[in-house]
Amino acid sequence: MSTETVKAAAHRVCETTGLSIFLKAQFFVKINAVLAVIFLLVGGIAALLLALTRWSNVMLLNDIWYYRMITLHGVNMLVFWIIFFEMAILYFASTTLLNTKMFSKKLAHVSLALMVAGAVVTNYIILKGQADVMLTSYPPLEAHPLFYLGIILFAVGALLVAFNFFATLYIAKKNKTYEGSMPLVTFGAATAAIIAVVALLHGAAALVPTFFWSMGWMEMMDPGVYRLLWWGLGHHSQQINVAAMVSVWYFVATMSTGAKPLNETVCRGAFILYILFINLAAAHHLLVDPGLSSEWKIWNTSYAMYLAVLASMIHGYTVPASMEVAMRRKGYNKGIFGWFAKLPWKDPGFSAVALSAIIFGFIGGITGVTLGTEQINIMAHNTLRIPGHFHATVVGGTTLAFMGLCYYLVPLIFQKDFYMKKLARIQPWLFGGGIVLMSFGMSFAGTYGVPRRTYDSDFGGAILETGFDPIAHIFLGLLGVGGVIAFVGLLLFLVLIVSAVFFGPSIKGQKMPTWQTDREQKMTDDLISKGYEEEGKDYHIKTPGTIALVLIFLLSFAIYYFANWAALADLWHIR
Amino acid sequence: MSIFHPKGNWYRPPTGTERLWVGLALAWCLVMSITMPWWHFQGKQNAPQTTYEVDPSAFIQRVNQFVETNRVGEMNNVPIVEPEPGGDAYLLGQMWQWYPVLKLKKDQTYRIHVSSADLQHGLSILPINMNIHVLPGYDYVMEITPTTAGEFSLICNEFCGIGHHRMTGKIIVEET
Repeated sequence: MSTETVKAAAHRVCETTGLSIFLKAQFFVKINAVLAVIFLLVGGIAALLLALTRWSNVMLLNDIWYYRMITLHGVNMLVFWIIFFEMAILYFASTTLLNTKMFSKKLAHVSLALMVAGAVVTNYIILKGQADVMLTSYPPLEAHPLFYLGIILFAVGALLVAFNFFATLYIAKKNKTYEGSMPLVTFGAATAAIIAVVALLHGAAALVPTFFWSMGWMEMMDPGVYRLLWWGLGHHSQQINVAAMVSVWYFVATMSTGAKPLNETVCRGAFILYILFINLAAAHHLLVDPGLSSEWKIWNTSYAMYLAVLASMIHGYTVPASMEVAMRRKGYNKGIFGWFAKLPWKDPGFSAVALSAIIFGFIGGITGVTLGTEQINIMAHNTLRIPGHFHATVVGGTTLAFMGLCYYLVPLIFQKDFYMKKLARIQPWLFGGGIVLMSFGMSFAGTYGVPRRTYDSDFGGAILETGFDPIAHIFLGLLGVGGVIAFVGLLLFLVLIVSAVFFGPSIKGQKMPTWQTDREQKMTDDLISKGYEEEGKDYHIKTPGTIALVLIFLLSFAIYYFANWAALADLWHIR
Repeated sequence: MSIFHPKGNWYRPPTGTERLWVGLALAWCLVMSITMPWWHFQGKQNAPQTTYEVDPSAFIQRVNQFVETNRVGEMNNVPIVEPEPGGDAYLLGQMWQWYPVLKLKKDQTYRIHVSSADLQHGLSILPINMNIHVLPGYDYVMEITPTTAGEFSLICNEFCGIGHHRMTGKIIVEET
């Protein structure tokens, strides 16, 4: 090939996977990942302070700083950390996996500059104390115009990255850099990018007029309409996270166990369900809002939305099932769960992703669908049950999966090895365990009606006194303890990543060091490089272990779901 | 391999245990889909539907008139107001209290109009834990029947400024 020499300068070949890594794109993968981790630290410090304040025996902050820290925490975690990291995933999935250069380096620089400027401006104005409005900034609550402007700049930057991603897919297809269909991980990333465009357009519709209002150029938007539009951003963003997280599950499942999607049709079909049916799910933030009919609420949360739930339930099967098939192929055939015990638990990338799938499914998913039921929402709206749910999806699920991906990103993209590997092995357990405890604390305190986003659970100084059952305070203590443990896990993650990226031993020109025994790694490598002999053929899949796991899941789901209906029947009658 | 492009034509319907699971998951989704509309007709707890557009100042006037006509006492300087069973009652969310205190009778149905004078608020009735979102400009009508007697607290669970965690109120339910 005549272009071989030109191409040689623009990319390197990965020693571990044999894939091409394009150096310009690699820069943007790295810089977005590094920025993501910086904002994770900012959001994490705020998280620790919040946990130590909601822990009602500690109450660390004063009220002003508590509300300021919630705003800071929400914005940095749900927007800056997670979206910067997703940008890194988009650059990686569109170039390396499709064997193509990126569409435009200039555009990538522009979007990066916008996103950094937006993040800095927003954080500045929050810390200055002029935007104590929470992430949601519901009008008539008003922030300094820079708060809205910062988020808008960040969103425009992210939208440009999505455009760059789609343009890269287009040039890859045009230049025939790969045959047939794109890899599943890229397909999942494309799903995330499509939902991102929809989310960001909703965000623009909510926040641009609100920015104009804060400048005095426009009347205030109707608060009900704002909520509808804002949640088109707020909830769709969670679906970006889910699609990106599931893509990471597939990626790490392949890299750590040699798993291959059992059926591409099913996996891709499930991603398409996310795109088609998640748009309606924003409604479950509005289930006890005035101005909307029951028909609208029920339609938008059930008939259509449950197809997105179906999608997650499908991925929740296909990911472990693909691992089971891979493990059985390696000869771990003992009983129903022999393969499960032999999974590469010593690989923190793997254990993070496995815990992510379990926490996301068993805690986040089950609570989310149940609380998002129109009538059950009466017992959950704005209580601590809500953050109890979404910390299990977006932190125990997405953030933990992204942490798992970092254990692959550092050796494969930064070409550095880790120090303190024993600590790395416990990090996902520490972080995941802390989040589970915190989520339980929140959820159970919430069943007593303890509100979210509220400084003092004893309502000290109120004209009419009130308070909660002492047991609710025990759960608030659990929230605090879990939060502290998760923060230690987060700090350990940062120490591991920073020490490896900046000071770690270089592994340029070498394969990624394995977390498993050499024999196990060789079996995994063989599965990845040689594939499966049945490739392309139809074969019956036997996954007794996974089907047992998902049946346990379904049973837990049904018990939790109907227990909530039973509790609902005890309330006052309301219609 | 999820990181490589699939070879050949990859379209095929699910088989084996995968097909079983897709079927079970779909069936479960259908069960959940049917439960909600079923409860809408058969259940006693549904999100209120009736909403009127209202100017906050007009709503405040109605609240004041309601308090004047039906006042029966006072609790920490907040009027206690007893509406007619089956009749309309008013509850105002404002920075930072629920106004007035309502006195209701067990097993009687009331139409409680809730709205806000200023920011968004979250009406939370404790300890039974029932929660409704309150928006300025929207008169949200809860047709509510207390089925237990006693003193119930109202708190706000939507952030409404620095006094948010001091925003409370009361509903007193008497045995009939």
